[in-house]
Amino acid sequence: MDFDMTPEQQLIIDNVRRFVREEVIPLEEKMDPDASGPEPEDLERLKNQVREMGLYGLGIPPEFGGPDVGIVTQTLMAIEMSQHRGGLYSPCFGAFGGAGLAQLFEATDDQKERYLYPVLKGEKHGFFGLTEPSGGSDPARAIQTRAVKDGDDWVLNGAKIFISGADKADFGILFARTDPEKGRAGITCFLVDTDMPGFHVRRVVHTLRSTHYATEIQIENLRIPSANVLGEVNKGFTIANDRLSRQRIPYAAGCIGVAIKAQEMAVEYVKIRETFGAPLASRQSIQWMIVDNEIDIRTSRFVTLDAALRSEKGESFRTEAAMAKLLASEAGGRVVDRVMQIHGGYGMTKDLPLERWFREMRIRRIGEGPSEVQRLVMARDIIGGSFH
Amino acid sequence: MSIRLEKPWQALNSENINRLQGQLGVYQIANEQKEILSINYSGGRSLFGLRGDLLDLLEENQSEKLYFRYEVNMQYMTRHEELLMIHMADFGELPEHNQKIRKHKLGRLSIA
Repeated sequence: MDFDMTPEQQLIIDNVRRFVREEVIPLEEKMDPDASGPEPEDLERLKNQVREMGLYGLGIPPEFGGPDVGIVTQTLMAIEMSQHRGGLYSPCFGAFGGAGLAQLFEATDDQKERYLYPVLKGEKHGFFGLTEPSGGSDPARAIQTRAVKDGDDWVLNGAKIFISGADKADFGILFARTDPEKGRAGITCFLVDTDMPGFHVRRVVHTLRSTHYATEIQIENLRIPSANVLGEVNKGFTIANDRLSRQRIPYAAGCIGVAIKAQEMAVEYVKIRETFGAPLASRQSIQWMIVDNEIDIRTSRFVTLDAALRSEKGESFRTEAAMAKLLASEAGGRVVDRVMQIHGGYGMTKDLPLERWFREMRIRRIGEGPSEVQRLVMARDIIGGSFH
Repeated sequence: MSIRLEKPWQALNSENINRLQGQLGVYQIANEQKEILSINYSGGRSLFGLRGDLLDLLEENQSEKLYFRYEVNMQYMTRHEELLMIHMADFGELPEHNQKIRKHKLGRLSIA
């Protein structure tokens, strides 16, 4: 594997790094430490700068107006974009745009007119509704939301939990069981408008991530036309699974970016902070923490870029993406924890971004599939079969 | 179901405010009729948390008789947004002093 950057990649990364340091971080310094983003005017200014860089709409295929940037470059960018206080869950506050619900690129022409193009123009927002109160790690079996055919329509009943943005969305991609006998082959994906009768956002779910809440949705006799089936009936699990695999690479990259930034803070701090007449940098216990951080960062980066490279080459990358997600989320947590230890009392305060990263990084070991599920995915690939 | 802030109202005076610690959290301000005038939060940049913010408010409103209730909450950002959404669901509009908030940025709750 060759991870040396091409001159073009280097140029892009230099630009993104400058953008984060000169535009994003100064803006963030004036905001609440738990803020999710800047004022709309500031965000629009950032977006315009990204458009001038030719990088707006990351993840959107070039034929739909996105930049022609490969997955490896996108991964390198994601590592840079997360290197600020809010960067783990809001890299550059979303100034780079993005596909969001990539499944819409596979929609019918009619669905693209109603959902995809308005999303690309920023006129509509969607949510992804998979997880249910009965579980999220094993969606094929946990999905209990039922869709029953009634004439040309489908009637849905059920509940979803830990859904981001459903309360602000115009529509959502929602998974429901259409055949109770068929397990993963009995799930269908629906496009649901949030103003349809029977769609309710019942409550806000607060988590460690205090900048954004999740929501709980209740669906009561929600009538959906057949034209709103995304993909084929009973083949929705493929859509869900594809999304889960694809998301693991940028998810890992975000963890690596934050770990790099935390390590940078630690290296700087240990040189200036003195204890018992000598800088922290001279203490072996501190040196080892810094070295362990570096091992965690480089290992995660290597595995994540390997997954990205395989994906870019069109090779199977499921095991590599699961490995990257597991390694980077766990390593990121360890790095932030060590850097907090190095910073002592200051590390616990809201003066520094560490306490926010600590809380948010903990979620990363659960979000997009917990570490245990990543191990299960890899075991299936390595040993073979589909065991429980 | 969403959780309302339903603690008893306290008069906004220095005696009541000074009982508070400097913690972070959310608070509501009401008039004599106990109509909510504003929903705010004391965040990580506040000097003395809830106590500091409420004392500032008292200083700015010496003539008006106001009431407050609060909730210590480290999830002050999302809790603040939730309280605004509950108010919107209950009354169809934001409190008088929160009108500057862009409504389209707020989510919609269907409270059962």
